[in-house]
Amino acid sequence: MGATTPNSRERRGTVQSVEYDAIVVGSGISGGWAAKELTEKGLRVLLLERGRNVEHIKDYVSATKAPWEYAHRGGRTKSMEELYPVLKRDYPLNEKNLAFWVNEQESPYTESRRFDWFRGYQVGGKSLMWGRQSYRWSDLDFNANAKEGVAVDWPLRYADLAPWYDKVEKHAGISGSHEGLEQLPDGQFQPAMPLNCGEELVAGKVSKQFGGKRKIIPGRVANATQKLDGRNACQYRNACWLGCPYGAYFSTQSSTLPAAAKTGKLTLKPFSIVSEVLFDKNAKRATGVRVMDAVSEQVTDYKAKIIFLCASTLNSTWLLMRSATDMWPGGLGSSSGELGHNLMDHHFRAGAEGTLEGLDDKTTYGRRPNGFYIPRYRNLFGDKRDYLRGFGYQGSAGRQGWSRAVAELGVGGAFKDEMSLPGTWTVGATGFGEMLPNHANMISLDQNKKDKWGMPVLRIDCATGPNEAAMRKDMLHDMAEMLEAAGVKKVKINDDTYFPGMGIHEMGTARMGRDPKTSVLNSHNQVWDAPNVFVTDGSGMVSSACVNPSLTYMAMTARAADFAVSELNKRNL
Amino acid sequence: MTILNEPAYLISRREAIRRVSALLGGVALVGGTAMFTGCRDTPRVNTAAFTPFTPDDIAYLDEIAETILPETKTPGAKAARTGAFMALMVTDSYGADDQKIFRAGMRALDDASRKANNVSFVAATPAQRLVLLESLDKEQKTHSDARDAEKRKAKSDAYLPDQRKENASTTTDVSAAASITKDTPAHYFRMMKELALLGYFSSEIGMTKAQQYVESPGRYEPCIPYTPGDRAWAGHA
Repeated sequence: MGATTPNSRERRGTVQSVEYDAIVVGSGISGGWAAKELTEKGLRVLLLERGRNVEHIKDYVSATKAPWEYAHRGGRTKSMEELYPVLKRDYPLNEKNLAFWVNEQESPYTESRRFDWFRGYQVGGKSLMWGRQSYRWSDLDFNANAKEGVAVDWPLRYADLAPWYDKVEKHAGISGSHEGLEQLPDGQFQPAMPLNCGEELVAGKVSKQFGGKRKIIPGRVANATQKLDGRNACQYRNACWLGCPYGAYFSTQSSTLPAAAKTGKLTLKPFSIVSEVLFDKNAKRATGVRVMDAVSEQVTDYKAKIIFLCASTLNSTWLLMRSATDMWPGGLGSSSGELGHNLMDHHFRAGAEGTLEGLDDKTTYGRRPNGFYIPRYRNLFGDKRDYLRGFGYQGSAGRQGWSRAVAELGVGGAFKDEMSLPGTWTVGATGFGEMLPNHANMISLDQNKKDKWGMPVLRIDCATGPNEAAMRKDMLHDMAEMLEAAGVKKVKINDDTYFPGMGIHEMGTARMGRDPKTSVLNSHNQVWDAPNVFVTDGSGMVSSACVNPSLTYMAMTARAADFAVSELNKRNL
Repeated sequence: MTILNEPAYLISRREAIRRVSALLGGVALVGGTAMFTGCRDTPRVNTAAFTPFTPDDIAYLDEIAETILPETKTPGAKAARTGAFMALMVTDSYGADDQKIFRAGMRALDDASRKANNVSFVAATPAQRLVLLESLDKEQKTHSDARDAEKRKAKSDAYLPDQRKENASTTTDVSAAASITKDTPAHYFRMMKELALLGYFSSEIGMTKAQQYVESPGRYEPCIPYTPGDRAWAGHA
């Protein structure tokens, strides 16, 4: 097992004597996969995490608390809002899982334009709180840039990733239905969480009214519906983001970390902030990383043959920008001029909802942590709009609860008893739209502001453009149109303000490509300027597609790890 | 697996959308802080400026909540200690302006009770209380609907077809509240009603007695018969 404990007598900057085969920076969705794949191939891996450890089940301190045990019943207070000026902008600021979200006082950033950066700094990262929707990208996505002359071409195609999607789906446990759709390839699914009767009703009518071109399918979600590798199946509590005591949803803790630990080759080091990747100019290789202990601020260097950066989209790029600056002022990987550029997210909060009639004698049992999905249909198969790309929808149907009482007239016993019963069925969805890559959407170092550990913080400058604005009109109208076609009543458009980052699908800033002059990473996620450094989180994305990206990070990480080990064995690294 | 450094640091460090409403079951409260989804910037508040709620205040709030949600076949708001919850939320979560409105509302309601019945709200009979709150409820509903309509109008909805615009507005006659703009503060009784509802239905009594709560349902059945009278499902996270 693992390595020795760092020697406390060592002084700042002292080179650690222990050398690992590989260092993985970040322990979220991508880092967990890198650690698993690399250790299973026999490498001794040091997994570095800037935040605290969160031990599976034991540290899910809110998971088994009853909802009424929270003083503010899960809501927010003024003091929480003061401490979390970014998190308060949307739903993440809450009383129940606050400990999973970044301490904003310690880790500020600068916004040239509003960008909501929601972060989770702990072992497991955001894999503990993620939305778990898991979809394969298709060649319609990977071909789009080349076909339309946007940004640069993806250096890989669906066929390159397909076997890796197979692999990660089986291990992660993705439930879903087989649909045979070109734009949303099927995978290795566990049985789907079924649509409920309200959703079935709408799905049937929409399919008929739109000639099968628009389909409502069960969400594909990283919740196991059957037992899997020591994990229990979903118990339908719908409390996932508190951590699951059954290990039913995919997280680093439930899935990749135990697999990596089982090899005996893993060393996990929490509270380890990587300040820079160490680079040997002569060898043109990274030699290791410099780590600042988040608590003692002691600095230690660790050496390794290969380094995987999986610190999250903006954080991996931030780290590259701080590295090898004596050789490249813009940092490691900046020779193309693209490092930090082409930041993307998914724009959403645009859709519709309404009420369903004729189902008052039906209800559901259990709390399904999932909903329905409508795969993209715009600008596909002969459809042509005045914008590029498209969007999918995520939504659900269900009976209203007591909260409907707030807007209704009424006080007294009869009112209370009525509000204790399920209300009418409602159905609604929001679009998730593709955001085009744009060189002007970028991050850089703000030398005037430092975080708690003295590092210059990131400055973020990002906005949506005319393509997204045009697409949003369809996102609003199409949903209303589908609901109306399905006989839904009181259809109401939901046009809520969106700012980049709110999707928590941030992508880009270290894009892959075919040419070192126009991209940061090659087709195997290797930094062109440092072939033994791999970046396999969302930073490498060349376009954003409209489907959720995390499953693709998993597949890409597993693929890159396989490549890295084969190159290592060939002594190419 | 070796975990380096862990034990020494951990001890001192202990401590969805609502993407789509139905997934997370969230509700945005109009009075005070939008608790679950709000983005509103509340000014820094000097809470010391407000006298803490007294046991008498809490007893008064309990009676307001009990009038809105009285004991029926299931326990009422007072049994669920809703007054204390309301006081806590106003203190901890409401901005200064909303706190003022809420506290002034408590006085206004008491004054109205004395005017109508020559007794304080707490001393009034349940029937007298109900009459007062029914009237206030109508007043707040008109106020809130007009305010919501003005807020929607202020949003750019130029490309909404007419039919959908109508759906987006409300059925209440908003002309009765012509002086209301999008910036008009919430009505104090809307705040009281919201907090009473939230406090009651998210309490142990509200979840396990008024609604049905199953900690780990174990399965999902997507379509089963509903028997009239069966209680609603309570959420979890």
